[in-house]
Amino acid sequence: MSALFRPMARPDLERLAPFDTELSDHDRPDALSVPWSRPAPEPTRSKRWSARWISVATIIVVLAAWALTAALGIVSPVFLPSPAAVAAKFVSVATEGFVDSTLLEHLGVSLARVFAALIASLIVGVPVGIAIGMSTVGRGIFDPLLEFLRPIPPLAYLPLIIIWFGIGEPSKVLVIAIAMLAPIALSTAAGVKGVNRERINAARSLGATRRQVLAHVVLPSALPSILTGLRIALGAGWTTLVAAELIAATQGLGFMIQSAAQFLVTDVVIMGIFVIAGVAFLLEFVIRRIEAVLVPWAGRD
Amino acid sequence: MPTLSLNQVTIRYDGEPRPAIGSTSLTLDTGDFVVLTGRSGCGKTSLLNVAAGFITPSSGTAGIDGRSITTPGADRAVVFQNDALFPWLSARDNVSFALRMRGVPKAERDRRADELLERVRLPKAGGKAVWELSGGMRQRVGLARALAADPDFLLMDEPLGALDALTRERMQTLLLDIWAGANVGVLMVTHGIEEALLLGTRVAVMAPDPGRIVRVIETGFGRRYVAGEPVRSIKADKDFIAGRAELADAIFDGEPA
Repeated sequence: MSALFRPMARPDLERLAPFDTELSDHDRPDALSVPWSRPAPEPTRSKRWSARWISVATIIVVLAAWALTAALGIVSPVFLPSPAAVAAKFVSVATEGFVDSTLLEHLGVSLARVFAALIASLIVGVPVGIAIGMSTVGRGIFDPLLEFLRPIPPLAYLPLIIIWFGIGEPSKVLVIAIAMLAPIALSTAAGVKGVNRERINAARSLGATRRQVLAHVVLPSALPSILTGLRIALGAGWTTLVAAELIAATQGLGFMIQSAAQFLVTDVVIMGIFVIAGVAFLLEFVIRRIEAVLVPWAGRD
Repeated sequence: MPTLSLNQVTIRYDGEPRPAIGSTSLTLDTGDFVVLTGRSGCGKTSLLNVAAGFITPSSGTAGIDGRSITTPGADRAVVFQNDALFPWLSARDNVSFALRMRGVPKAERDRRADELLERVRLPKAGGKAVWELSGGMRQRVGLARALAADPDFLLMDEPLGALDALTRERMQTLLLDIWAGANVGVLMVTHGIEEALLLGTRVAVMAPDPGRIVRVIETGFGRRYVAGEPVRSIKADKDFIAGRAELADAIFDGEPA
């Protein structure tokens, strides 16, 4: 409707811009609204492809520069092993292992820590977010606590956690969980606050009790936002992993990188970084798939 | 047969010098089709929201047979302008929402939902997602959802306001068919003059500053449609044309047209 009226609301545009005058994209009326307007420009499919090819080319150039630097011996292999050496290390750590564990074992332990932390922070964060989103008291209590916690880098509270909880597995999970808590709680709160008022009214006029409104309207409404929080939290948790595995760990990707660094096994360090990046990329992809399955309505209403 | 009555309802908002609604009364019986109409800002929706229990009046009372309305309830199901469907549920599950809240078993509520979808002429839409439906279809699902609550009163806030003119005309006759087939009292808000005249058994014209009912017109055109007369012939009737002019005069009273 508003698009229909736009040309009328802007008579100056019609007067000043005859049919064949170039309009900037900003000024161009919608193709549907004005019969004489030019067809909309072609979808930018080809452009997107070329952006992708540029990205591929960039990666190739960086890898080539890396390989060349290593091959010409400009930098000692102790500091910069060749891509081939890193790839070979990937295979050997995957099959034979490094510091008593294979790559898969390190990865498994790290993933287990991150997922344990994720579950813990969901159990705490979602109710906290609902409390913030739904009640003034909840907001009053939890908002300052979260705002205090949110900007602190995990490395800063790590020593305190060691003092309080020792160097066992719970401390590692706790560090990661704290890093995940704020994004989950705050996204849940935003989702709950953003619930369409009319939908709540609709449910109540259909006989839903307050509890039923929470379960059948508020939570499903907030789910897309909760999942976004979960995605951000997983990113935060994954980046906190290395810090958490500073604490007397004997397994894990962060531990693997650190022990390799102590012995100047740079190829394992670089390989570990690539694995962490690759897993983060995969997690992101998986969660986007989950979002598509679980909340197909998000962004459509 | 329950009667919904609003008695001397006044709604005042903080910081507003004049009340949004000033001492307005209205009664609605089962079988009535009362249409609230009037210019923007005259408090039509506010009045409907009081009946729905969404807002509590500053003074005056709203009640059904002497029991006062304090909260929303399934005896007064509401149809919203922007359908307010639940997009995480299929059309069928939207319709059966009220039954689910009452703990009706799934098989039974599915059967009932399909029945109602058929009644709003959407027999095949049950499994569809909300976003797959057009505006008119969504509004019909919203109507079926309200009917599933088996309400005494059906409160509709500009249910056809967001629809295109052709869909709107077809929905008007659907509303009349539904009203004729269900034992409900309807309270409907609309901007449409013809719509008000065609659908209502009573048209209450509201005016702003403060919002109040200034004129009540009894009409019988909806009953004529229900009795079998085609809409085209009703709308061509000189009574209808005169009524339209009268209603427009009442709405724009004191304003240059």
